[in-house]
Amino acid sequence: MQTKRTTFTNRGLPYALVLPQLAITAIFFLWPAGQAFYQSFLRQDAFGFRTTFVWLDNYERLFADPSYLNSLWVTAIFAISTTVVSIGLALALAAAVDRMIRSARAYTTLLVWPYAVAPVVAGILWWFMFNPTIGILPYILDQFGYDWNHSLSRLDAMVLIVLAASWKQISYNFLFFLAGLQSIPHSLTEAAAIDGAGPVKRFFTIILPLLSPTTFFLMVVNVVYAMFDTFGIVHGTTEGGPAQSTNILVYKVYNDGFIGLNLGSSAAQSVVLMSIVVTLTVIQFRYIERRVEY
Amino acid sequence: MAGIEIKNVRKTYAGGVEAIKGIDLTIPDGKLVVLVGPSGCGKSTLLRMIAGLETITDGTIEIGDKVVNKLEPAERDIAMVFQNYALYPHMSVRGNLAYGLKNRGTPKVEIAERIEEAARILEITPFLDRKPRQLSGGQRQRVAMGRAIVRQPKAFLFDEPLSNLDAKLRGHMRVEIRRLQRTFKTTAVYVTHDQLEAMTLADKLVVMNAGRIEQMGKPLDVYANPQSLFVAAFMGSPGMNLIAVGELQALGVGLPDAIPASTGTLGLRPEDVTLEAPAEPHIVIDASLDAVELVGSESLVYARAQGIEKDIVVRTPGIHPGEPGDALTLHVAHSALHCFEQTTGRKVEIQRAA
Repeated sequence: MQTKRTTFTNRGLPYALVLPQLAITAIFFLWPAGQAFYQSFLRQDAFGFRTTFVWLDNYERLFADPSYLNSLWVTAIFAISTTVVSIGLALALAAAVDRMIRSARAYTTLLVWPYAVAPVVAGILWWFMFNPTIGILPYILDQFGYDWNHSLSRLDAMVLIVLAASWKQISYNFLFFLAGLQSIPHSLTEAAAIDGAGPVKRFFTIILPLLSPTTFFLMVVNVVYAMFDTFGIVHGTTEGGPAQSTNILVYKVYNDGFIGLNLGSSAAQSVVLMSIVVTLTVIQFRYIERRVEY
Repeated sequence: MAGIEIKNVRKTYAGGVEAIKGIDLTIPDGKLVVLVGPSGCGKSTLLRMIAGLETITDGTIEIGDKVVNKLEPAERDIAMVFQNYALYPHMSVRGNLAYGLKNRGTPKVEIAERIEEAARILEITPFLDRKPRQLSGGQRQRVAMGRAIVRQPKAFLFDEPLSNLDAKLRGHMRVEIRRLQRTFKTTAVYVTHDQLEAMTLADKLVVMNAGRIEQMGKPLDVYANPQSLFVAAFMGSPGMNLIAVGELQALGVGLPDAIPASTGTLGLRPEDVTLEAPAEPHIVIDASLDAVELVGSESLVYARAQGIEKDIVVRTPGIHPGEPGDALTLHVAHSALHCFEQTTGRKVEIQRAA
C-alpha cells in the first residue's frame, strides 16, 4: 500500500495536532460512555441519598420488563419500516432523476433540502400536517372516511413517526443511489436492451444487482439512523405514546432516566443500545467490501 | 442472415449539431463492412443508429428488407460488441451468455447447447463459471464475442472492440474476429479508428469524415486509389506524403506534363519513393536525411527537401545506414503520383499519353 508520509521535525508536534480531537472524543464520547457503563451497575434511591452497587441486576430487570421488550419490538418495527420506506422511495426518485438530462441538477438540489432540516423541526412539521384538529392530512383522510388520530391509534402514531423519519432520510439515500446509478456504465443497459430486456427487466436484473453494495450500505446506515437519530422526531410528535406504542429505545432511555429518574436502568438501556450500534458497525465494515461486485 | 440498407440517413442532435449528414450505404449479406475515420466523424453514431441506441433524424435503415427506424434494439435482431465489453459484472460468464437467450424465451436445453458451442469455438469453456472481473482483457473480449454469437443474430455490430487490448492481443483478436465472421457468414459492421484494423478486416471499407462518407470500396482499392486528400492522409501508416505542387516547382523538380493544371497537391506513398532510380519515367527530388526510424524489417527515412514544409517519408527495405545530414536523391515513378485538385482536394486523374 502506498502511503503519504509527512515528516515532522518535532516529535511532539503530531501528537499536539491530534490532541484537540482526542480531547473532544474523550470528554464527550468516552467519558460519558464509561459513566453510563459504570452507572448501569448501580442503583440509586428516589431521592439520591444512597447508591448501591447491584452488579447485573439492572440488566436482569430490563429483560424481564414487558415494557422494555415492547420497546425493543416497537424499535424493530420502526427501524425496518423506516428503512424500507426511505430506501424504496429514494431509489424510485434516484432512478427518475437519473433519466433526466437537463433538469437533474435542480431536482437533486430540491431533494436534498429535507436533510438539512433538524429532526425536531421535521417532527413538528409532520405533527402539524397530521394534527387531528388543525392538520391538512387528517382533513383529507376524513373525506375518504378515515378517522386519523395518532394520539389514540397505535397504528396512526407509528405511521406518523415512520413517515417523518423516512422523509428526512430520503435525501441522504437519494444522493447515494443517484451516485450509484451514475457510476453504472451506460453500455451495460444498452447491451441489456439489445439482449432483449425491457426497461423494467433491465432495472431488476442489471441495475438493482449492481446497486446492491450501495443498498446494503444504506440499509445499515438507515437502521442506525432510525434507532438512534430519531429522538427529536418522536419527541416532537408522539412522545412515545399512545400506550407506549412509539416508545422506541432511545426515547425510552430519555424517558426512564430524565423523566422517571431511574438512572441505573436508563444507563443499562444505553449500554444495550451501544452494543447494538457496535454490532451494526462491525457488520458494515466486515461485509460491505465483500459485497462489491466489480 | 440479412443485408443492411442505409438510405440518406441523417442525425441531428438537440442543439443543432449535425453528426451524420446524409449517408447512403449498402452492407451486403454476409459481408464485413468496416467504418473507419478519425474520432468525431460519426462512425459510432451511425453504428448506434443501426443498433437502435440512437434515434434516426431522417432517412431509413433496413435490416433484411425491413425498415427498422421505429423498432427497439431488441426487435432488430442484432448483437453488439462494445468497446468496454459491457459484460454484466454480477453474472458469471455463463449468465452473460444466457441473458439474451433467456429474455427471448429460448428453451433451457437449447441455451445450454448454444453456450457450449460458443464456448468451444471461443475457447472460453474453462471460464464459464467465473465472473467477468476474474478474466483478463482478452478473455473478456472473447466473452463479449460469445454473447454476440450465441444469439445467432442477423448482424454483428462491433464498436471499436479491440481498442482496449494491447497491441499483440489486438493483432490476434483481429484474425480471430475475421475467422469467426467468415465461419458464421453473418453480416457485420465494424467501427474502428485504426486504419490497419480496417484494412485487414474489411470486405468493404468505408472511410468517413465529418458525418459523410469520403470513400468506400475494397480496402486495397481505397489504399491504392484514394479519392481525396483526406483519405490519402488517413489510410496507411505512415500516411501518404502530401506536397504542394508550388513547393516542388520552386525546388526545380521536373514534373511530368501529364499532371493536370488544376492539381494543387501531389501525393506520394512512402513505399513509392525510392532511393535508387527506377527504370520507368520518374521525378527526382534532392533532399537531405533528417532522421531514420529503424522498424526492423524496414526503415522509415525522413528526408528534408528545401522549401518543403514537411519531411518526406521514405519506406525502404532493410536497415538504412545513413546519418542525419547525408544527401539523398528521391525518385518517384510518374505512375505512382497521386494528383489532388487545388480547390476541392478531390483526386484528378493523370492524363495518360495517347
